[in-house]
Amino acid sequence: MVLVLILVLPLLGGAAIAMGHGRRSIGWVGVASNGGALALGIWVAVRVIRDGALTGAGGVVRADALSAFMVVVIGAIALLASWLGIRTVALELSEGRCTPQRATTYGVLVQAFVAAMLLAILAANVGVLWIAVEATTVVTTFLVGHRRTKGALEASWKYIVICSVGIALAFLGTVLVYLTAVHAGGHSAGALDWTSLMAHAKHLDPSVLRLGFALIVLGYGTKVGLAPMHSWLPDAHSQAPAPISALMSGVLLTVAFYAILRFKAVTDLALGPGFSRTLLVTVALLSLAIAASLLLTQRDYKRMLAYSSIEHMGLIALGAAAGIPLAIAAVLLHILGHGLTKSVLFLTSGEIMSAEGTSRIDGVRSLLARRPALGGLFGVGLVALLGLPPFSLFASELLMARAEFQVGLGWAAVVAVVAMVVIFVAVAGHARHMLLGPSTTAQAEAPLPGWVAGPLIGALVVCGVIGVFAWPLSGLLHAAAHVVTP
Amino acid sequence: MSGSPFSSVLTLAVGAVLVCAVTAVWLSSVRSSVRVVAVQGVALGLVALILGVHQRDAGLIATAVVVLLIKGVVMPFLLTRASAGGVLARESRPLVNVPASLVASAVLIVLAFVSARGVAHFVGNTTGALVPVGVATLLIGFFVLVARRRPLSQMVGLLLVDNGIALVAFLCTAGVPFLIELGVSLDILLGVVVLMVLAQRLRIEFGDLDLDELQELHD
Repeated sequence: MVLVLILVLPLLGGAAIAMGHGRRSIGWVGVASNGGALALGIWVAVRVIRDGALTGAGGVVRADALSAFMVVVIGAIALLASWLGIRTVALELSEGRCTPQRATTYGVLVQAFVAAMLLAILAANVGVLWIAVEATTVVTTFLVGHRRTKGALEASWKYIVICSVGIALAFLGTVLVYLTAVHAGGHSAGALDWTSLMAHAKHLDPSVLRLGFALIVLGYGTKVGLAPMHSWLPDAHSQAPAPISALMSGVLLTVAFYAILRFKAVTDLALGPGFSRTLLVTVALLSLAIAASLLLTQRDYKRMLAYSSIEHMGLIALGAAAGIPLAIAAVLLHILGHGLTKSVLFLTSGEIMSAEGTSRIDGVRSLLARRPALGGLFGVGLVALLGLPPFSLFASELLMARAEFQVGLGWAAVVAVVAMVVIFVAVAGHARHMLLGPSTTAQAEAPLPGWVAGPLIGALVVCGVIGVFAWPLSGLLHAAAHVVTP
Repeated sequence: MSGSPFSSVLTLAVGAVLVCAVTAVWLSSVRSSVRVVAVQGVALGLVALILGVHQRDAGLIATAVVVLLIKGVVMPFLLTRASAGGVLARESRPLVNVPASLVASAVLIVLAFVSARGVAHFVGNTTGALVPVGVATLLIGFFVLVARRRPLSQMVGLLLVDNGIALVAFLCTAGVPFLIELGVSLDILLGVVVLMVLAQRLRIEFGDLDLDELQELHD
């Protein structure tokens, strides 16, 4: 029941926005509904740790510790993005770049996007998981193209074509897994339930499963933004409105990775960890290499953040390749930390872009002196993103590396560290250019309103607190990691 | 089982799917390609219907009806309206010319038969032997996506990919469960609608274009 409510809440918010005729205050209903989904997610997490997995709606939806954790992540970032979205839409309306009708469409699509992600996480059946992930593609295409500039149109075309191909491959992979599951004796209606796949894992045909899992990694990997199918990501993330970039980079990528984690658990049970490890290490190192080389010469700060997402997805894939509970717990902590930090950075970059009128790195100078609040948020966000303590990305990167050494992937961890050092130097260089330097204008510029800065600061504080104490997450992370490890 | 009416009718329908894929490559007119893809959708629905009747599987027959409706009627209707309404109705200028495309298709078909041997063997029977045809359709779809530079041609490529995968699904497992298939078909239909709206906006913004002319975004 509560699981169904989590899915329905964002849709109710969307319905309210649809009936609100573009009134600005109605946006807060969407914020409240996403906040409600977050609160329910936390409640589900507490119950799941105590009583085990919950099911609802006749077994269609199911939440174990892993899904509960992901619901919390989605809820938190949806809350943040829809909150700041009110500011984005208000600015666009006042500058005449958007009509009230398009603002309404935007609000409704955001809520549908959040609901589709939640369905992907809560679906008991991997077929429904596929349907939900494909639905996110359909919904977000219009959000990417919201500004209707040439660049936005080009980005949304590339996005839907590349992601449709990727997700089609994931469907073929799902069909092959279904084929082996039916042969292994799963009755056809429930054969695609994840629990049933896990129960029959030992009887699945290895050669067909191997092909199926490879297609799933390639297919869902497209939506994760893993190389070699990453080319849509920098375009889409740089052209979308800031709250959409925040949602896509902060959670959509990792929702797709969640799908890979589920199938990986089945594959590892059937084939042992070797096969999925080889695949994931390959795509992870490729992604890290591409991110590092393109960050060095980056000239656009939103694209810089996008390539950094490819880097972090590579790190997550490498952590998942290690596959032991410690590694998966670290991967999940990294998913949360990266989601929070990257959302703050994209939202702040949206503010910088509307204040400075450019997204070029060399177009922005001495931000800290001229706009201390914006510059400070951007700077602290980058410090967190680059994995410096006390923020949680430091802890999760350290734990992932430790797990990789434990399972004999130390060489890959060393390669990853080299890539991260290159990226550190590149991003720090770009940041120094944007943030430092003396102010050239005499008068202070308009400060950031408190209701805008508050949630952003709050998200960074949360990221710092979980980095230091791991409280109250350690129990949930531990339980979630054991869901997908033998 | 070979020689039975079932297997010959099935082989005929599956063959029609592949013939449509090759014809779509052969025709350089976008509008005719769209018609061919519609015929392919009908052939695909018939494959599901034949399998459903043969196995007395009500779910599969329902799936066949959905596929016939969506791929054979609704999508072609939308696509022909788009091409008739002036959305990039001109002949496409492919990167690879027609004879070379046909040679490439032949190579892809051979490749499909070689690479899908394992799965074909695992499924067994007549249906298993036909699985490589689905893979070939999928690969030809990829080829169209890469080699054709018109927005509408790329949609044709995407539909070929989807049809190929649907064919593999029908032949391998008699289709995924009906409700899943319904959701999948709706998703694909919505995707096509979104692509059409985008194609229209692209035309308004850029005029009649090749996708190679999209050069706004780069590093």
